Amino acid sequence: MDKAAQEAQKRYQEKVKRLEPRPRIARDLFRAFLTGGILSIIGQGFFDAFSRIEPSEGEAVAATLAAMIFLGALLTALGVYDEIAEFAGAGAAVPITGFANTVVAAAMDFRREGFILGLGCKMFLIAGPILVWGTVAGFFAGLLKIAVLSLLR
Amino acid sequence: MNRVGRWTIQFKNRPGIAAAATNAGPKEGQGPYGQYFDQVRNDYMRGKLSAEAAERLFMQEACEEALSAANLKAEQVDLFVAGDLLNQIVTANFVARTLQIPFIGVYNACATFSDALLVAAMAIDGGYAANALVAVSSHYQTAERQFRYPIEMNIQHKETCQYTVTGAAAAILQKAGPGPGPGPGPGPGPGPKITHITVGRVVDYGLKDPNDMGAAMAPAAADTFLRHLDDLRRTPADYDLVLTGDLAAFGKKLFKELIKEAGISLGNKHEDAGAAIFSPTQKVKAGGSGAACAPLVLLGYVLKEMQKGRFERVLAVLTGALFSPLSYQQGESIPCIAHAIVLER
Repeated sequence: MDKAAQEAQKRYQEKVKRLEPRPRIARDLFRAFLTGGILSIIGQGFFDAFSRIEPSEGEAVAATLAAMIFLGALLTALGVYDEIAEFAGAGAAVPITGFANTVVAAAMDFRREGFILGLGCKMFLIAGPILVWGTVAGFFAGLLKIAVLSLLR
Repeated sequence: MNRVGRWTIQFKNRPGIAAAATNAGPKEGQGPYGQYFDQVRNDYMRGKLSAEAAERLFMQEACEEALSAANLKAEQVDLFVAGDLLNQIVTANFVARTLQIPFIGVYNACATFSDALLVAAMAIDGGYAANALVAVSSHYQTAERQFRYPIEMNIQHKETCQYTVTGAAAAILQKAGPGPGPGPGPGPGPGPKITHITVGRVVDYGLKDPNDMGAAMAPAAADTFLRHLDDLRRTPADYDLVLTGDLAAFGKKLFKELIKEAGISLGNKHEDAGAAIFSPTQKVKAGGSGAACAPLVLLGYVLKEMQKGRFERVLAVLTGALFSPLSYQQGESIPCIAHAIVLER
């Protein structure tokens, strides 16, 4: 590519950056906080309720997670969760309901291609990388913890 | 040679649009041009088991309606030129299987309809076909599945995102007689006529964001538009309307800036199909896109207003972003194209 064309490209890219509609960060942060907070309150409600029935805290946590995953899956199946996310952004994506949403949404989309090659293969299309890199990040966080603790000792 | 300048094809026999059919989805029907569409369907799935089958139905119905509006049976048509956004243009292939008309599949992303018009118009102009059926389709759900994320997934869309139009458009092209006097001009024959098509080149200004296709496509639209004016030695004053494909709100603004740099202004003669097909209250961010977007506006709104006499000569500049999910994941920029079609009453 000659120099003039490169310059024209650069000029245009700068123009695009300059004129691009800006994301409304303050508004989006507030919405994410509000929605994430509401989901957390619901989770806390489940936890308090399960704490009364379940014998240990660990089991109450597990039951709470299951309930929240069910809630995320249900709202996805009803076609509501993507609307919530359009409003809330990370406020809907980060909680475990968002994780459930990625799995169920993919499963719904690829159901027609069959239970094995469709639903089975594609279910973790979005959630797969979260699991892989979450595990890797967890491993390194564990290493860091051991290193820091052994230094402090 | 039936060419003018470096880029433009001139049609001596001026193929005319004898009949057209627009078959729109629910959201499109609720948009500003809803009343112009021949059919508005109320659901995305159309009683089918997959969105892909629903998209095929949209195209099939549009083809049947165009045939019946032109009073033709499929076996009387010489050529079927069609395309869509799905891999291997599978919608067009399946509709062609049903129609049993000699078939050519075309693809230029959202500019596919201009390819179909180009091939059909050349065949008719050259005497290789007496008539031709052209069709395109796109579907929100099939496009999302193929190019983006699962439909129900949690995503907060960028302001520059575009919403794929659901629907199909089809037209019957027929030979119209030569006009009075030398060169192209109004003449006998059916419907508005195609007098010129400026075939675009691939333009890539190095933009990489698939959530901002309007910005990537605007330079291609400006490039073809300016070459078109230059080839024909025309100015915007020669047109009653310039309809760009699906640049949407942000791309439309950039297109305006780019042609302003070349000293050209369109004022209120410019419409963009992507920016106009939905209203801002319909939660579509920057606007519409998809192979059916510009054709629905062109064959719905523009053609009907031409027939009423509101527009005499219209330039449609259809734009396409020629990338694949793989190409952008591999960090490639988005190559774009635009073809310009002149329609005269």
